[in-house]
Amino acid sequence: MGDVAAARKLDEAEVGRIFREESGRSVAALIRVFGDIDVAEDAVQEAFAVALRKWPGEGLPPNPGGWITTTARNRAIDRLRRESRGRELLSEVAVLSPGNDDPGAPEKEGPVQDDRLRLIFTCCHPALSMEAQVALTLRLLGGLSTKEVARSFLVAEPTMAQRLARAKRKIKAARIPYRIPEQHELPERLRPVLAVVYLVYNAGLTSPAEPGLCPEAIRLARILATLMPEEPEVAGLLALLLLTESRRPSRTRPDGSLVLLGEQDRRRWDGALIKEGQAIVRRCLRRNQPGAYQIQAAINAVHADAATVEQTDWSQIVALYDQLLALAPTPVVALNRAIAIGEVRGASAALALVDELDLDNYHPFHATRADLLRRLGRNGEAAAAYERAAALAPTDAEQDFLKQGGRGSR
Amino acid sequence: MTYYLLSVHSVEGEARDPMTEEEMRQFMERVGVLEQEMKSAGAWVFGGALHDPDTATVARVSDNEVLTTDGPFAESKEHLGGFYIIEAEDLDAALAWASKTTAAVSKPIEVRPFRHVSEA
Repeated sequence: MGDVAAARKLDEAEVGRIFREESGRSVAALIRVFGDIDVAEDAVQEAFAVALRKWPGEGLPPNPGGWITTTARNRAIDRLRRESRGRELLSEVAVLSPGNDDPGAPEKEGPVQDDRLRLIFTCCHPALSMEAQVALTLRLLGGLSTKEVARSFLVAEPTMAQRLARAKRKIKAARIPYRIPEQHELPERLRPVLAVVYLVYNAGLTSPAEPGLCPEAIRLARILATLMPEEPEVAGLLALLLLTESRRPSRTRPDGSLVLLGEQDRRRWDGALIKEGQAIVRRCLRRNQPGAYQIQAAINAVHADAATVEQTDWSQIVALYDQLLALAPTPVVALNRAIAIGEVRGASAALALVDELDLDNYHPFHATRADLLRRLGRNGEAAAAYERAAALAPTDAEQDFLKQGGRGSR
Repeated sequence: MTYYLLSVHSVEGEARDPMTEEEMRQFMERVGVLEQEMKSAGAWVFGGALHDPDTATVARVSDNEVLTTDGPFAESKEHLGGFYIIEAEDLDAALAWASKTTAAVSKPIEVRPFRHVSEA
């Protein structure tokens, strides 16, 4: 992008955006060099301050990512030289990685060399709590500030700062390794990584105040898909997020209330995202190593294919849910399968399946029952079920929606 | 390399059916195999099983005098049944030993890193 970008004036917001885009790679590279997360984080922060001073006047350097890493690395070395503990650390670094200390150089060939992959497996190590995994991933890999991470999860900034500090202390004290798991460990270790990205996306989807988390999750999923092109579930997760994202704008009304899939204005779905998501799903099908994310993506791909809700290929969706239920036999999957069966074999078949499920504290269970009962003309029972669903719904928008009897207009 | 404490946690009165002689023999054999493996891998530093907490004595300073009291420091249902101190490359390596230990003794294992001298 070099010359054109350099000629253009940069403002602070733009510097911030570019920094956020690039900082994960720099932090990851510097952790490898210095073996210390705090040193890497502080150095990249200092480089950011320098960029804010320089870039608006001098323009964007030809390789902003390389510039950040090199500047941060030099700052870190200067700082460590001033401290006695730092000098110790530097001498260790020199011993441990001779000739390996130029993170500004282009990365070595092959996806496995990327430091960000090591970093995400460290952030999502099973010895850390899910909360810590999410916070570390957004902070270190996503380049969000502690304040932004705190706001995303409705936590006070000092609480989030403490959570991050504790997690980093544990990584250091317990020596949580900075490496890519061996092939045989990968299924076990990939699960929390994918779960963290999915959780970040869903946090953005359900808290309207933080829509920025959705693109952030997609960015993380894209990074993972680039780094692990051979992992079908990584591709599956990316496709699932892209296809879900294609419908996000039509999922809520201007007043924030929810619009059911069947009632959405399908012309507003994002065609480019659908195309990209469906292409990934097709590649997954050809590879034929199904997993839960891939199947959910495939279900969403079938929905995206239908120009109207009536044209939905429900038997295809039931078949996919059968497959998903075999892989992940949870009551929530069984509930969604029952909904699809309701579209093929009618409400009473679906209700029989739904009534067998033990999901009394899950509001979509009651909302589904309510809808099926209403379709069967059992209005009194339907009203009671809507009421129960509304009482359990986590957001105001969902509560209002359910109190109005799901609008009953399917 | 880091030192880790692998502590074996027991709950009083739980699963305390006396082992048959055969069960005891198999238990000792599993533990013996595990310890031998730790030693030949260079992970072993020290370890062993402890007597019950009612054999414990606590010493503490009070008004410049050392007082000893009979019994464990904390009256609780859970207590330390034994421990290993191992040396391992990183937490993954330590957790691999913890997995083998919990499989051998059928009790939960807590893994805790020792501070380095420089961190003290």
